[in-house]
Amino acid sequence: MKDWPLWEVFIRTKGGLSHRHAGSVHAADAKMALEHARDTYTRRMEGVSLWVLPSAQIVSSDPADAGPLFEPAEDKIYRHPTFYSIPDHVKHI
Amino acid sequence: MYTTDLSGKDKKQPAPQTVEDPALLAAFEARVANDEFIEPKDWMPEAYRRTLVRQISQHAHSEIVGMLPEGNWITRAPSLRRKAILLAKVQDEGGHGLYLYSAAETLGTSREQMIEALHSGKAKYSTIFNYPTLTWADIGAIGWLVDGAAIMNQVPLQRTSYGPYARAMVRVCKEESFHQRQGYELTMALCAGSKEQKRMAQDALNRWWWPSLMMFGPPDDKSPNTEQSIRWRIKRETNDELRQKFVDVTVPQAEAIGLTVPDAALRWNEARGHYDFGEIDWEEFYAVVRGEGQVAKERMQARVKAWEDGAWVRDAAAAHAAKRAAAKIAAE
Repeated sequence: MKDWPLWEVFIRTKGGLSHRHAGSVHAADAKMALEHARDTYTRRMEGVSLWVLPSAQIVSSDPADAGPLFEPAEDKIYRHPTFYSIPDHVKHI
Repeated sequence: MYTTDLSGKDKKQPAPQTVEDPALLAAFEARVANDEFIEPKDWMPEAYRRTLVRQISQHAHSEIVGMLPEGNWITRAPSLRRKAILLAKVQDEGGHGLYLYSAAETLGTSREQMIEALHSGKAKYSTIFNYPTLTWADIGAIGWLVDGAAIMNQVPLQRTSYGPYARAMVRVCKEESFHQRQGYELTMALCAGSKEQKRMAQDALNRWWWPSLMMFGPPDDKSPNTEQSIRWRIKRETNDELRQKFVDVTVPQAEAIGLTVPDAALRWNEARGHYDFGEIDWEEFYAVVRGEGQVAKERMQARVKAWEDGAWVRDAAAAHAAKRAAAKIAAE
């Protein structure tokens, strides 16, 4: 027996929120992946909408590149509002 | 449900020694010591990966095999209410197995390999499921004691160092509480019933108490991998610590419904602030680990039969998917 392909499951818990990763399921096709996602991850009203997508289609960054990718943001504190001092008597800014 | 800690039992097969890069290893150890989570694509020592694959897959197998002793009572549940509850619980156990298999797969093993290992008898699962469920009262005892012991084990695992395992545990723990409460409520109902029903509840406690204590695994001094697992934050508390906690919370629960824990040595120790309890029959434990449990063969036969009887469904689904995919390509 060969395993059915793996699918990643994303759930929108309620209207207004984005879909969030919940886990994965094996399924022969997309329709079955949705059914399995429903049975596996929403037995207690966890969601109002499901996404499933083939795990093989996900492109992810390499943890070894985390430094070059994310560290440059560390010293750019001027991107945060608290970097700027404004006198107390100036309001609504 | 949970799996029994079976570490340190594989003396026949010493783990292959891998020489790790000292710099990578030191960085890994520092991250873990700092309570950071390790994620699937992060570097990890081979021994860490191996330990996790073993522990998570055993845990998954225990959930799946754990469906059997309760599943066989669904058709005999005494009311529609109890039947719906038991059905939901057994379905949850299946779900827990699936979360865990998925977590193990992120470490590079496959579902197929794990299922093959279970069915061929290579993989272990919790010893508790190789005891028979003789009466309806056993369904209460399993929920109350077996799931109770599982919760005790699983709550600290929500902070285990491997991210996918920790996340699966968060989901499992959220669902597990209902399992224990329905079991206790079922036992409570029997205790409030006829003399015969109360006797059934006591009999179930008598038979499930000691096997439940064994679920926490061998004593700390006989569990050589514990130290490493604690250091890597795979385990957060030792077998004996968790066992003591379980005894401390469960004894008053038994007393509250007029049941007697079957242990003559059990007494509150004021100085320790814990219950002292009697010696566990470790010979029995190791015999069950070796596959000599009362219904071990029956469990695996039922499991393999279900898998084989479902083969045509899996084949049909795969054939259907292939046909649809081919038709889609032809249409494009």
